Amino acid sequence: MTAETTTEQLHDVRLTVNGVVHDLRLPARRLLSDALRHDLRLTGTHVGCEHGVCGACTVLLDGEPVRACLMFAVSAQDHEITTVEGLSRPDGRLSPVQQAFRDCHGLQCGFCTPGFLTTITAGLRENPTPSEDEARDMIAGNLCRCTGYQNIVAAVCRAAEITREDEEASS
Amino acid sequence: MKPAPFSYVRPTTLGEALAALEADSHAKVLAGGQSLVPLLSMRLAAPSALVDINGLSELAYVRTDETGVRIGALARHAEVERDPDARQVQPLLSKALRMVAHATIRNRGTTVGSIVHADASAEMPVVLCLLGGTVTAASSTGTRTVAADDLYVGPLETTLRPDEIATEVFFPALPPDAGVAFDEIARRHGDYALCGVAALVRADASGVPTSVRAGYLSVSEVPTVVDLTRAFGSALPTEAELDAAADLALASLDPEGDIHATADYRRHLARVLTRKVVRRAFEDQASRSTGGAS
Repeated sequence: MTAETTTEQLHDVRLTVNGVVHDLRLPARRLLSDALRHDLRLTGTHVGCEHGVCGACTVLLDGEPVRACLMFAVSAQDHEITTVEGLSRPDGRLSPVQQAFRDCHGLQCGFCTPGFLTTITAGLRENPTPSEDEARDMIAGNLCRCTGYQNIVAAVCRAAEITREDEEASS
Repeated sequence: MKPAPFSYVRPTTLGEALAALEADSHAKVLAGGQSLVPLLSMRLAAPSALVDINGLSELAYVRTDETGVRIGALARHAEVERDPDARQVQPLLSKALRMVAHATIRNRGTTVGSIVHADASAEMPVVLCLLGGTVTAASSTGTRTVAADDLYVGPLETTLRPDEIATEVFFPALPPDAGVAFDEIARRHGDYALCGVAALVRADASGVPTSVRAGYLSVSEVPTVVDLTRAFGSALPTEAELDAAADLALASLDPEGDIHATADYRRHLARVLTRKVVRRAFEDQASRSTGGAS
């Protein structure tokens, strides 16, 4: 096993993350979550359970939420990846979902927050006017051990409101 | 938790993928990876090679006609769940798919992958068995079709050979005289169910049942379908008939206990869910036959 590890084959992997193209040489077994954190130093993506249960590592793959710990980086190369670092507005201000988390106190320790932000960003694109029940359903795949979820549900609804206000202001 | 080293190929044609599998009897196919990657990360599995079929875009399809729904090996659960034609032709698919893990997992996980992963706690294998579907398996020597009844032999074990790729599953259409329902109980939303039941009821023009069958997940080593027809005789199931059906089901099931639930609790869940889901399948059948199908 040890000998195998030292001679492990590396693959050229081109990852597009938050619009930036990165060329890496990685072993096939490098998880996307680890490639983002260790190789690209994008440590906003958090790693909790590493088997798909907690949702902390959720990133957007071509706009759809997926678990970064359940994908190999080498499989991710034909896709546009968005991490929490890519959510803010072009001028650097917080995105509607990020602003809503701040407004509603939707985070405490912050460990789970990146996964919630990516999941809700995609969820609101699919359903821009969620009811409270739909907001709960939207975040059902993400675990938070601090907040008790109440303020996260409120933040989902507030983010929808901010998005609407933005659209009205720009129209 | 990191996977052991493996060699990796990403073929662009099915022929290349089959050749790669044939060349290494310890290779595994990687599609959605939502069950495989955790197994690798926990080192419960350590295949020598992964054949990543995500480049075979010709397998990313959901095709529907009046006979049923054909799902290619790269169709994600979310795509099947959202497909309006599939929902209409075989409504049990979307009813069960929305219980498969979380939406985020369904964005990546594939329906075919779930079926050949053969986890007896998973939803789609039991749906395939209840509906009498088939799996198409390709190898470099040809293609064969395997009936659901001949597919599952044990936990995580099918009759597919290591050199075969399941390229498609077929779910037959819901007959016009039929109704379906699905439900399960899990500790937490999106967890594997402690017990789940799918039911298929067929009835004659006066509503008298001609066939009542239920499929069970998480209570046996393989997805298990039990024929409950002889418990029923009337158009609207009575409480006594539902009790008799639950007795009949439990006689065929031998749940085991684990850290999530005792065997007794699983038996209890199987009883409660049999009554509830079979009743709902009767209601679904009645609403379809009166043209009120949703």
